[in-house]
Amino acid sequence: MKHYDVVVVGGGHAGVEAADAAARMGAVTALISLKRDGIGVMSCNPAIGGLGKGHLVREVDAFDGIMARAGDMAGIQYRLLNRRKGPAVQGPRIQADRALYRQAVQTLLSRRQGLDIIEGEAVSFGLDGNRITGVELADGSFLQAKSVILTSGTFLNGVIHVGPERSAGGRVGDPASERLASMLREIAPGRGRLKTGTPPRLDGRTIAWDRLEVQQGDEEPMMLSFLNERPLVRQIACGITHTNERTHEIVRDNLSLSAMYGGHIEGVGPRYCPSIEDKIVRFSEKDSHQVFLEPEGLNDHTVYPNGISTSLPAHVQEAYVRSINGLEEVKILQAGYAIEYDYFDPCGLSRGLQVNSLRGLFFAGQINGTTGYEEAAAQGVLAGMNAVRYAREKDEIVLQRSDSYIGVMVDDLVTRGVTEPYRMFTSRAEYRLTLRVDNADQRLTSLGVELGLVGESRALAFAEKMARLDSGKAAMSAQGFSPRDLEAVGISVSKDGVRRTALEVMAFPEVTRAQIETLVPAVSEISGADFLQLHSQSLYAAYEDRQRAQVEIMRREEGQIIPAEFDYDTVSGLSNELKLKLQRARPESLAQAARIEGMTPAAIALIHIRIKMLSRARQEVSA
Amino acid sequence: MDTIYALATARGKAGVAVIRISGPLACEGLLPLVGSFGAPRVAALRRLRHQGEVIDQALVLRFTAEASFTGEEVVELHLHGSTAIVRAVLDILAQLPGLRMAEAGEFTRRALENGRMDLAQVEGLADLIEAETEAQRRQAMRVFSGALGDRVETWRSRMLRAAALLEAVIDFADEDVPVDVRPEVRDLITVVLSELRQEADGYKAAERIRDGFEVAILGAPNAGKSTLLNRLAGREAALTSEYAGTTRDVIEVRMDLGGLPVTLLDTAGLREASDPVEAMGIARAIDRARSADLRVFLLGGDDDRFDLAPEEGDIVVSGKADVAPVKGFSVSGRTGEGVEQLVSMLTERLTGLSASAATITRARHRASVLRSIGALETALKMVESRNLSEELAAEALRVAIAAMDDLVGRIGVEELLGEIFSSFCIGK
Repeated sequence: MKHYDVVVVGGGHAGVEAADAAARMGAVTALISLKRDGIGVMSCNPAIGGLGKGHLVREVDAFDGIMARAGDMAGIQYRLLNRRKGPAVQGPRIQADRALYRQAVQTLLSRRQGLDIIEGEAVSFGLDGNRITGVELADGSFLQAKSVILTSGTFLNGVIHVGPERSAGGRVGDPASERLASMLREIAPGRGRLKTGTPPRLDGRTIAWDRLEVQQGDEEPMMLSFLNERPLVRQIACGITHTNERTHEIVRDNLSLSAMYGGHIEGVGPRYCPSIEDKIVRFSEKDSHQVFLEPEGLNDHTVYPNGISTSLPAHVQEAYVRSINGLEEVKILQAGYAIEYDYFDPCGLSRGLQVNSLRGLFFAGQINGTTGYEEAAAQGVLAGMNAVRYAREKDEIVLQRSDSYIGVMVDDLVTRGVTEPYRMFTSRAEYRLTLRVDNADQRLTSLGVELGLVGESRALAFAEKMARLDSGKAAMSAQGFSPRDLEAVGISVSKDGVRRTALEVMAFPEVTRAQIETLVPAVSEISGADFLQLHSQSLYAAYEDRQRAQVEIMRREEGQIIPAEFDYDTVSGLSNELKLKLQRARPESLAQAARIEGMTPAAIALIHIRIKMLSRARQEVSA
Repeated sequence: MDTIYALATARGKAGVAVIRISGPLACEGLLPLVGSFGAPRVAALRRLRHQGEVIDQALVLRFTAEASFTGEEVVELHLHGSTAIVRAVLDILAQLPGLRMAEAGEFTRRALENGRMDLAQVEGLADLIEAETEAQRRQAMRVFSGALGDRVETWRSRMLRAAALLEAVIDFADEDVPVDVRPEVRDLITVVLSELRQEADGYKAAERIRDGFEVAILGAPNAGKSTLLNRLAGREAALTSEYAGTTRDVIEVRMDLGGLPVTLLDTAGLREASDPVEAMGIARAIDRARSADLRVFLLGGDDDRFDLAPEEGDIVVSGKADVAPVKGFSVSGRTGEGVEQLVSMLTERLTGLSASAATITRARHRASVLRSIGALETALKMVESRNLSEELAAEALRVAIAAMDDLVGRIGVEELLGEIFSSFCIGK
């Protein structure tokens, strides 16, 4: 029997990152997957990144994770979303070749020292009191482990719906792991059901591309990984088409056949990724919706029609798809389906993603109620590092809302729980202006190096980049220019007699790089990427100070600790609903309590007062 | 939780004195004293007995926890208002196990703790109790009944909508969201901004209703200012004499003018002073008069040329109707001539000033409103500029909303997303 430090169950995006992170830190690690071949499969849309999600990918990359590098190895179209908006809200997104992506993940994992990949099905955990001791596989073998990370995706009690038909199973063709599910029900509290939908997959050879709007990638693509500079494979275009009145009519007439509307599904779907049924019912005033036609690969004629996920019967899918411009003759390769699965209330987790009720067990990915490859991958990295920390009996690593989107996501999950599949948005991050895609490495790579998560070559590249940025910053802030000096190079500022450095001036609207170079000739030696980086820093410099002050306030509030034994039943005046939520989330501080959904200032005041009364009473007793 | 008690009415001899007891032992603990209780919220006449002796005959009222001011069991003893009886009953209560004298404000705090009131309402209640005049009562009642919360909720929901529009453009750039949200965002901000500015402008009036208007009586030495003040106040508040320059400091008299709380300021006579002490008095008089809400200039003193010019709305009147009758409006503090007319003029002008009173009544409220205004102005400037930085405008709106939250409630990002999802069809 082999002894592992960390065993990771599941080879999806969470599992891959968790296993690789653990192995990077030098832990003896095993990754268990149903099929070796299924590791790194993109089971939903063939895209990675986007707004908020792109931030997560960059943060995974800053810890030297897999997703961004594999994405760049498979990226067939690059688009920086919000390119024309401020850098804080830009997000890189790629179309990925499915086959290349899977291949890239498997290649990267195979190169990792100290990582065993085991084909098998986890059916049970070994327990010693409330500690985990390992994982039992379906073939009867047992893997001993100090910590276990479960990343079961949609496999737990997965039910697939195509119209009124339903079948058990995770992704199409995979057996569901129901034995594990029943065991988990006894360990983890608060099981719930969520659902997610997929659109029908189309045969690209039957699409009338010449009649469709074309969406090209960016001319100057931004890579997912800090380590890459340009695309590694051939680039392609996507198509755009629209639904019409006829499409909507077909969907409306067949609503009762939809798994969701026919009452076959109890799980809750996301508001931001509605099925075509949802779109037509909830936004009945719209007579057309956009559909993106995304090729799934360079050597694959499958096309993913993004925007029309559905759980209608196959024949209805064909009817409505064919009512769409350019798709009149289209052949459906695989019908769209909805999948329902179990998740466990993430309020039962620590901020390091450890299950509170079972020491050594960690959850990451969809099992925590999230959706999306990127959200899963980001949790995988965090769970991976903390599983190693636990195995080595070291303190948990907690990422803060003020230092990363990962911190925002985990804090949201463990304090608020989920009511729909959780997806990242930039608006979830209150420190959005300082948590940018461009500075993810500056925020996290040092920590990664310290934890042993970051390999030598990246650590070196990062150190060099920081040195370059520092010298660039020094050159640009060495000298102050008067309004007249600036006028001379064509930069107009108010004539207030204040001297400004090139670093301050560079972020003013309409100031060009050429003007800055005229002011400070040394700038011509700064690379384009570094210049952009300095520009973003300069642009948000004022906000950085302000946000630092806010963080300080938050830290203070975090300092108002709610005692672990605090009994919410003794707080009269709290609604039962709030009491339940508080008992579930068990916030550690008043600040955390305040972030719980539905919390009111009056309720916070009540808790605050109660805590004060208790501590006063304690003082009186001891006095 | 202790059971607390306190005298709810003012100390001293009175017709009736009320002692209030609140807490889990309010009923049970008092049984030995009252013998038995009637039905809740029904007055019962009882003999209060202690160690076989009858202390008083009292009205006893009992409230259940569900229907009491504090959210706990409450008993009220309506005693005959003799200091001896009150002292005797308080002494007995002190001896009962589990009962103790309430701390200042403890009844209200328990009401807050038990969710009977929110913080703004507590503030309103405090003002209501302090209210001396009709206008103060009405204003406090408005806050107490939750009017401020309602207004803030309206502003906040508009700002939330504006923020949601911007966030939708940021977070769902690739989706079917409106391309140009600027017109609606601008309109929303503009409306809220103008209402908030009105609030900020009206704060002074609201504050005055709460704390009192200041009316300064000005005039040259010997113009009869102090005599007039005494007449208005109906008592000898300021020292008056026949000699010029008697009032060396600013003397304040609080009074109720037509329901409005007013502080009359009697100021040192304005003249070139040779005495440094008097000069200081004059400087102070001019300062106070300048910042007062209204000034009454009394003419007919030793020298009617003042360093301070009357502003719009100020009253200029001849001050010695009795000794030197002049044409036009004149008063005499000594005989009372014209005083009634002056009072009605003052009342009319102050009522005019108080008409613009805001819903906000406290410096704390005003600080939040000003913070919100500043942030909204920034946001508006950005939305109106050619190169809109959505993320910076959204940041400014966040600050504006947070300032409102300080007043009533905290915004959750879920609310923001909820607004987005209910408005737009997101999901390609």
